[in-house]
Amino acid sequence: MYRNDVGPPVDQGADPGAGSDRQAEFDRQAEFDRQAEFDRQAEFDRLIGADERVEPRDWMPDAYRKTLIRQIAQHAHSEIIGMQPEGNWITRAPSLRRKAILMAKVQDEAGHGLYLYSAAETLGVDRAELLDLLHCGAQKYSSIFNYPTLTWADMGAIGWLVDGAAIVNQVPLCRCSYGPYARAMVRICKEESFHQRQGFEILFTLSRGTPEQHAMAQDAVDRWWWPSLMMFGPPDDASPNSARSMAWGIKRHSNDELRQRFVDMTVPQAEVLGLTVPDADLHWDGEHWRFGGIDWDEFYAVLKGNGPCNAQRMDHRRRAHDEGAWVRDAASAYAAKQAARAEQGAAA
Amino acid sequence: MTEVPRKEWPLWEVFVRPRRGLSHQHVGSLHAPDAPMALRNARDLYTRRGEGVSIWVVPAAEITASSPDEKDPFFDPAADKVYRHPTFYEIPAEVRHL
Repeated sequence: MYRNDVGPPVDQGADPGAGSDRQAEFDRQAEFDRQAEFDRQAEFDRLIGADERVEPRDWMPDAYRKTLIRQIAQHAHSEIIGMQPEGNWITRAPSLRRKAILMAKVQDEAGHGLYLYSAAETLGVDRAELLDLLHCGAQKYSSIFNYPTLTWADMGAIGWLVDGAAIVNQVPLCRCSYGPYARAMVRICKEESFHQRQGFEILFTLSRGTPEQHAMAQDAVDRWWWPSLMMFGPPDDASPNSARSMAWGIKRHSNDELRQRFVDMTVPQAEVLGLTVPDADLHWDGEHWRFGGIDWDEFYAVLKGNGPCNAQRMDHRRRAHDEGAWVRDAASAYAAKQAARAEQGAAA
Repeated sequence: MTEVPRKEWPLWEVFVRPRRGLSHQHVGSLHAPDAPMALRNARDLYTRRGEGVSIWVVPAAEITASSPDEKDPFFDPAADKVYRHPTFYEIPAEVRHL
């Protein structure tokens, strides 16, 4: 919010006149407001129709604003919760090289969260407000992060599959109709490609290592494959808000379309890795890699909070927030002290 | 420790100069308690891969912006002065380098 975003207060004190004059004035104002509302909606529709970008200070329908806030916030929360499953392995990375890479990756996730909170704030919400909504469970994050990271190979599977699925989801968001979200996604997508490649490299190395290392890589892929396919969300016929988001240019492709794109890209990569995906029904139909049924009961159970790590992730997030409070307070106190000194110096 | 009012850190807008010869460009915003912290946070957030050689941070509240409505009459004075553009002038086809 810029300082003049909030306009001067409407003069309530002026006497609009008494009786019928007042009524006439009221009617004129109501008609004026109706026309203005109509014009604003028409301008918004024109922007969307012309595939132009909507910017923060443009008028937008309430539902558009709310949908974006919910989606961007959920996306931001996913980035910062996503630091946990990987942070789990920083101290146990098998080499200094791997450790430095993993730290850079987890730092990127924090950065992605901040880009997205920054984009959400242009819609008139506070970052602190959004964090509160995450902490009290009113807003969600991607259910993929409710699965545990049991072995080092999981760092590979997360990079290759989870970040790979995220890229397929996110590339079209770079053309999202809301400018700040689209710009944040451009930045994020550039960085995600490092994430996916480092994951692939971990699995490629393990797969060609000892038989135990190969088995560890295969086990990680077996566990992460299906949850990765669930990341694209419910099937199209069970995704009630998709059509509206597509009409608004927030979403560019359907969930099933993106899921198929991901499978088509990923199956040949598994072959290069020398690993298989855990799907007996997987087959090439001449155009696409067709895959078996997804266990949507599991998806909805994890979404409702009954995944293996939901409680652990939320506890850790709240604890990190509470235990970091003194740092935020100390920085505020220091800033206040410096400001007071500067003021004193100026007065002297 | 003295009592500190529990207040959100202010919002800063961040501008990065990608390299010499280019102007600073808006890249996003962040929260920080003061200007030096805003600069450090901006470095960590927006230049992790050498995206810039110089950063400006500006308190968002200090930015005065034109009307929220970007197609405002504010910009109208420029709209009807087509003669400010070189394409307005008709020049004989045989004239070169003009």
